[in-house]
Amino acid sequence: MQFTLKVWRQTGPSEKGAFATYDASGISEDMSFLEVLDVVNEDLIEAGTEPIAFDHDCREGICGSCGMMVNGQAHGPGTRTATCQLHMRVFNDGDTIVVEPWRSAAFPLVRDLVVNRSALDRIVESGGFISVSTGAATEANLIPVPKVVADAAMDVAECIGCGACVAACPNGAAQLFTAAKMQHLNLLPQGQSERYQRAERMVETMEEYFGGCTNHGECQFACPKGISIDVIAYMNRDYMAAKTKNRKLTGQA
Amino acid sequence: MAASPRSTVEAAVKPISRRPASNAPWPLNIYASAVGKKWTMAITGLIGMGFITVHMLGNLKIYLGREELNHYAEGLRIFGDPFVPRGVVLDILRIVLFIALVLHVHAAYSLWMTNRRARPVAYASRRDYIAANWASRTMIWTGPIVLLFIAFHLLDLTFGNLNPSFIEGDVYHNVVASLQRMPVMIVYILANAALGIHLWHGAWSLFQSIGVNNPYLNGVRRVFATVFALAIVMGNVSFPIAVALRIVG
Ligand code: FES
Repeated sequence: MQFTLKVWRQTGPSEKGAFATYDASGISEDMSFLEVLDVVNEDLIEAGTEPIAFDHDCREGICGSCGMMVNGQAHGPGTRTATCQLHMRVFNDGDTIVVEPWRSAAFPLVRDLVVNRSALDRIVESGGFISVSTGAATEANLIPVPKVVADAAMDVAECIGCGACVAACPNGAAQLFTAAKMQHLNLLPQGQSERYQRAERMVETMEEYFGGCTNHGECQFACPKGISIDVIAYMNRDYMAAKTKNRKLTGQA
Repeated sequence: MAASPRSTVEAAVKPISRRPASNAPWPLNIYASAVGKKWTMAITGLIGMGFITVHMLGNLKIYLGREELNHYAEGLRIFGDPFVPRGVVLDILRIVLFIALVLHVHAAYSLWMTNRRARPVAYASRRDYIAANWASRTMIWTGPIVLLFIAFHLLDLTFGNLNPSFIEGDVYHNVVASLQRMPVMIVYILANAALGIHLWHGAWSLFQSIGVNNPYLNGVRRVFATVFALAIVMGNVSFPIAVALRIVG
């Protein structure tokens, strides 16, 4: 297969960027999109030019580092796939493919297709954890968790933190990420004691960096893990409850 | 929260909004957050939906004739009689609606501004949206259209400034006199189309904003929004058409 790639090239955060056009030929339909970038990069290195910088690690859709905009969609066409799982067979021979980095104030561009997604870490460190006393691990079966609850929590815990929800959202909101990181804990017994402090802190940290949700619903289709916007509704409910419940803690903390 | 950045990676990311002041009084503290603003928009939107339903249903009395409609209009004024003076309940309702409208518009404006800050550099390539539909992405346009129409509508039929022959208390006459003007009729129909699109997204979206989400309910939310928007638009648009066809007047 043969493709024309239009790739965003930018040498640094404050440099001016532009699309550069590359020819990718001899591509197998079984290659992933990242492998096509590898092929192009080999040519670029042989020609003595800078290769395209892009984030990647696991190449099996579990690390969340390979996010990029492919043909105007986060992680490209294809449902529930990260860019590394995007196979060339979904394209037609001779297609022009446009590749662009995530665009968001919270994701400053580092180079080419690489953006700094550390704002997502700020959200997680503000409440995406449970505090446990250290020591010998307690018997796991002492805390009964109904199967449906465990499944629901697992569905949202699937979030790989790639930032596709932010990239796809017309508002640049991180609601789906935040709600996923919050609700997989809020659904489980272990998460209950810090539930409302978690809700308040994570939402307010999120809002420092990201836009606000207006229910476009675009994020759930961009999400490589297919996380539903249902969790956003649960988060909105928990946040409002937190505003009253956490007030009661004032003066007792 | 993050007092001083712990790394250059962290330092590169600049906040776009301030955190809500945690010592602000309860409602202000909530409204300061974007999630709180969406709650506000949902609740004020519900108030508006309640109003618009009653408004449309009440106006259907125009089909029963002049007497019936004017009697209904007078009924709104003497609501609560003899316990409250004439017009007081109506004025209270008007104040509630006005506050709801102001909050709804302000929350929308402020979210819009935040969301513009959230993506200062737009995508250079064309976006291919999957779910974000024309209704959700035009809320920021259908909203102002409806707002302008409300202003015109009030000046036309409540205060009478823009009405060709306003007679205080003769609602039937005022409506017919106004809608007989061709441009007004067109504006009326277009504004209602905008309202319908606005409602179609809003009446679904509000459930998400206030966390009403349940597998048993989720399928109904879209249906509700569609039926609601259609019913309102069809009811409202029937009036100028009825006037044009001389069914009323
Ligand atoms: S490289 Fe790990 S998710 Fe794509």
